[in-house]
Amino acid sequence: MTNYLEFEKPLAEIEGKAEELRALARANEEMDVEAEASALDKKAETLLSELYTDMTAWRKCQVARHPDRPHCRDYIEALFDEYTPLAGDRNFADDHAVMGGLARIGDIPVVVMGQEKGHDTKSRIERNFGMARPEGYRKAIRLMDLADRFGLPIVALVDTPGAYPGKGAEERGQSEAIARATERSLNVKSPVVSVIIGEGGSGGAVALATANTVMMLEHSIYSVISPEGCASILWKDAEKMREAAEALRLTAQDLKELGVIDRIITEPVGGAQRGRDETIAAVGRALEVELKALMKQAKGDALLKARREKFLKMGSKGLAA
Amino acid sequence: MNWISNYVRPRINSLFSRREVPENLWTKCNKCGTMLFHRELAENLNVCTSCDHHMAITPRERFGALFDGGIFTEVEVPAPVDDPLSFKDQKKYPDRMKTARKGTGEREAMLVAEGEIGRTPIVAAAQDFSFMGGSMGMYVGNAIIAAAERAVQTRRPLVLFSAAGGARMQEGILSLMQMPRTTVAVQMLKEAGLPYIVVLTHPTTGGVTASYAMLGDVHIAEPNALICFAGPRVIEQTIREKLPEGFQRAEYLLDHGMLDRVTHRRDMKDELVTILRMLTGQPPAVKGDLPAPEMVEETPVEAPADPAEKAEKA
Repeated sequence: MTNYLEFEKPLAEIEGKAEELRALARANEEMDVEAEASALDKKAETLLSELYTDMTAWRKCQVARHPDRPHCRDYIEALFDEYTPLAGDRNFADDHAVMGGLARIGDIPVVVMGQEKGHDTKSRIERNFGMARPEGYRKAIRLMDLADRFGLPIVALVDTPGAYPGKGAEERGQSEAIARATERSLNVKSPVVSVIIGEGGSGGAVALATANTVMMLEHSIYSVISPEGCASILWKDAEKMREAAEALRLTAQDLKELGVIDRIITEPVGGAQRGRDETIAAVGRALEVELKALMKQAKGDALLKARREKFLKMGSKGLAA
Repeated sequence: MNWISNYVRPRINSLFSRREVPENLWTKCNKCGTMLFHRELAENLNVCTSCDHHMAITPRERFGALFDGGIFTEVEVPAPVDDPLSFKDQKKYPDRMKTARKGTGEREAMLVAEGEIGRTPIVAAAQDFSFMGGSMGMYVGNAIIAAAERAVQTRRPLVLFSAAGGARMQEGILSLMQMPRTTVAVQMLKEAGLPYIVVLTHPTTGGVTASYAMLGDVHIAEPNALICFAGPRVIEQTIREKLPEGFQRAEYLLDHGMLDRVTHRRDMKDELVTILRMLTGQPPAVKGDLPAPEMVEETPVEAPADPAEKAEKA
């Protein structure tokens, strides 16, 4: 069962018709519908590639949040060997919105971490929809400490609507935890690579995306505020999210042009949710290339300095109007 | 450097930067409702004389009261690209900027200055909530970096007064990038062994709290200041319950271990001097109002008396 997005409705109709025809044919052996059905398939294919060409920012937001997109856990399972989860912030709790531990990618031992949104109701609740509490950021800090101490590269997979806006989270210092996590990643001597695989939601994302190399999947987003939030503040109308999404320049393509990210990883036609394995493999290849490149430069605090320098310089140019 | 550039020019500057006396000489305290005479209010650093409510104060007014004799030199902040995203909501971003500049007489939402407090040389940066909610964009990032660089260069501590609704949405992702950028600035200070004190004022929220405002060596807040990551309204919508009285206010944060102190604006200067002199290994300060540097015989300039009602709008 495919979960169609709102803008994919015409596609759903065509694919539905083709499916119906084939079902009819299965029930009645004398019917020959294959020609008609393949014509519909073809039409669907063309439409899909049209829908995914020059997408508006709001459509990208929908794709980035698609429930069938591969999530952090899927990448870790598929790309890493000997994944050994490490838990807890040694302070208050273990936050399931942030997962991470030791693992190997190829033969490189690394610390891998990321926000996990969950894939069904139960796991989504357990993962708090990928919205971390201070414990999650403090766990990330611990993992970074570990990586730094033993010279292991860090791979961070970013996928979060944002840090959790809850009472306990505030009481336990959400701001401080995020600030410290960002600070920690700017103090790490080993290579840090981040991939925004879905949603890069504001401060909750930045704490895991302060990396030497920041990559984004083609249809992922990274923004200071959600388009809905921005619309309700600046337009005083949350329904203006399309306009807000456009204005915020939150697509991978715009962010590349602004110099905020370093590389875009192409998704299959129809988005990562239609080609999960392909997408995961593409991320794996990009990670290996970037990690190897950074490991060559990792002498003393060269990478630490380069990371700080990169962020200091960021924003010196705008987008061409 | 001579006394003209050190003393006379900033003095002239601060004279010119004084705004006109407002027509409305009375300000209503937005907490207890008492009508306050503007001069009395300004003399009390925009703190209500009746209920001690801390109203907004502009960076210029604050610096006027903070630095010895009201004398300070502005530190130049490199100008960022204007309107990097060509952002337009219901208004164009450049138009919003124009309105903010006209309304405040300031260039942007942060003022950086150097001078002496209790004869202790410091660099100070203050965020201006009256300028687009003090929001953090490229300029504020540049200001904090400039402040840190200046502090490192002159081996002075940095005192930062935060006040912001968060990141400046009109600069999109670039405003978010000020979180790591300003963190690098804080790291420069730490690595140079210089104290970095944050004074959190009302309100300090969002990405500002989640970066430089929570990375100080010492955190001091003004009474009743709202300090949070997510605002109370967002939280109430998320958890669908009423929040306790005083939630996310300075005293609440003090109780929850996020702050070192909550200090009345009137006592802030002395407290900063005391702390900074200990941290930098200097002898205790001479208490009370110090005369202006001895080479000039004139009396020190008073804190610029600014229209309190303008500040209150914030």
